[in-house]
Amino acid sequence: MHLSDFQLFVLITIIKIAVVLVITLTAVAYTVLLERKVIGRIQNRWGPSRVGPFGLLQPLADGIKLFLKEDLMPMSVERPLFVAAPVIALACALVSVAVVPFGATFKIQGVDIFQVSNVNIGLLVILGITSIGVYGIALSGWSSNNKYSLMGSLRASSQVISYELALGLSLVGVVLRAGSLNLRDIVNSQIGHGFLSWNFFGGLQFVGFFIYIMAAYAETNRAPFDLPEAESELVAGYHTEYSSMKFAMFFMAEYANMLTVSCVATLLFFGGASSPFEGWLPAFGPAWLQAVLPIFWFVAKVFAFLFLYIWVRATLPRFRYDQLMSFGWKFLLPLAMANILATSLIMALRS
Amino acid sequence: MNELVDTIMHLALFLIFGGLAVLAALNLLLQRHPINSALSLVVVMMSLAVLYWSLGAEFLAAAQIIVYSGAVMVLFVFVIMLLNAGEEERTKGSKIASIAGFPGAVAIFCLLSFVFLSEGHKLGLSHLGGSLDEATSNISQISSLLFTDLLLPFEVTSILILVAILGAVVLAKKER
Amino acid sequence: MVPISYYLVLAAILFSLGIAAYLVKRNVITIFISIELMLNAVNLTFIAFAHQWNKLNGQIFVFFVMVVAAAEAAVGLAIIIALFRSRQTLNVDQVNLLKG
Repeated sequence: MHLSDFQLFVLITIIKIAVVLVITLTAVAYTVLLERKVIGRIQNRWGPSRVGPFGLLQPLADGIKLFLKEDLMPMSVERPLFVAAPVIALACALVSVAVVPFGATFKIQGVDIFQVSNVNIGLLVILGITSIGVYGIALSGWSSNNKYSLMGSLRASSQVISYELALGLSLVGVVLRAGSLNLRDIVNSQIGHGFLSWNFFGGLQFVGFFIYIMAAYAETNRAPFDLPEAESELVAGYHTEYSSMKFAMFFMAEYANMLTVSCVATLLFFGGASSPFEGWLPAFGPAWLQAVLPIFWFVAKVFAFLFLYIWVRATLPRFRYDQLMSFGWKFLLPLAMANILATSLIMALRS
Repeated sequence: MNELVDTIMHLALFLIFGGLAVLAALNLLLQRHPINSALSLVVVMMSLAVLYWSLGAEFLAAAQIIVYSGAVMVLFVFVIMLLNAGEEERTKGSKIASIAGFPGAVAIFCLLSFVFLSEGHKLGLSHLGGSLDEATSNISQISSLLFTDLLLPFEVTSILILVAILGAVVLAKKER
Repeated sequence: MVPISYYLVLAAILFSLGIAAYLVKRNVITIFISIELMLNAVNLTFIAFAHQWNKLNGQIFVFFVMVVAAAEAAVGLAIIIALFRSRQTLNVDQVNLLKG
């Protein structure tokens, strides 16, 4: 059977989407396991170890448990929005993986197989989808008709709006250096001299990186910024009334957002899928190895960031609400602006 | 052949997202609860973003999503949740408004669409511009226009925003 | 290939729905929302014309409209909060202190 170019493109794209989706969902499930294991070790206990070798089948058991639980629907909820909220949260969390280039450019039949779609405003797409994701949290709290949920979602939406500014501004330095919003171009602007040409080291963007990481932790509602679900004050925050798969969707959305943040940090500050010895060591091995090795580096970097997430959660106590707000507005935002000024000044002086 | 696919894709995009925008705007009009109206507007804005993109304005499509639906409408939803606004009640004023308002809106629509459709052949065709591939991007053109010819308006707008922030803080502050 | 006039008619539909909502709605927030809908409809015409003339000025105009709308939303919502604090209502028919 002979396929036209268009049909081939559609076919390869659908396969890409399916594979990336499955890998992302598996990664989400195993990030949960990783978190439980690592936090267990940090707190001097074992973590899950009963299901399968080293507890590796724990995510499967969790999934079965959540599927089989009774799906409670409280009496006085706003039904349509109550159902829509977790769907919005999860969909927004999963979609942003679509623009992430997770390998070197490698074309089969003219279609780049290591990136679902190469968009010329990729960075803006990720920022936009993340900013839509807050509706899931805001609506879940409001539609639950529960004061703790409402408090949680009010906190979440104000926190996300406040930290979005610092987050966006912290990325401007990187965009200035790359001169493009295309994620592939941004990665390509960081190769040449191994890890010294990564934006974090060679680009002197470490201030931007730390602002990004802190703002992104706040955006994903993770410790130490997890006030929207502070269990000591708000029961479970915005997902108090959710059970079964609806709860699981929020849970998955949180971890998928962590993955996205780790991917973006890798792409923008740590050279994406390029190896730390790029340009120093000669390319070796057969062609398939050269295609697969960048993916290995990418996964390793993303894993490091996920580990950092978990480490921070296990180490730092939660912020107080006024501390959170003044930290975002009075410290991160001015620092991000200063970073933009310094970066553009250095670039202007160099040119 | 390729042109035909392009045309069909463009028309399908226009019909799907234009239809979605109209339906959501109707929903905005018919819903009684402010939060439902706000969410319908979010849907309108997102489908308009797709149409902006199909007209080759990808930067504005992204700005529409980030600024409008990601910040402004979140602010609206936030205020609706904060004030716990319930369903609105029908009053006398709304009856007068609907008697006078609906014919007026219909008249404006008829006038506008008559003009647009009768002059339609002069306006020409749109083609799926600035497709979101790696090659083209009009962001650099927009920014060079914005930071050279239109620098003064840009700076004035930033001062306007500063004033608006201060005004909002002063207005919303609790009186002691 | 879609005629530009279709986009303009779509904008006209959205604009008139915005007018209707503006007139019929009695809740301050919803009235504000319908103003935003009208602004969006106008933005669509700007972008359609920018595409037709193949010039970026229309897009720049939309950029400015967005910025001003964001500022307007901040101030407007602050006014609504202040209004709610003093009158305990969001219904525009009950905010008639200046009416003789």
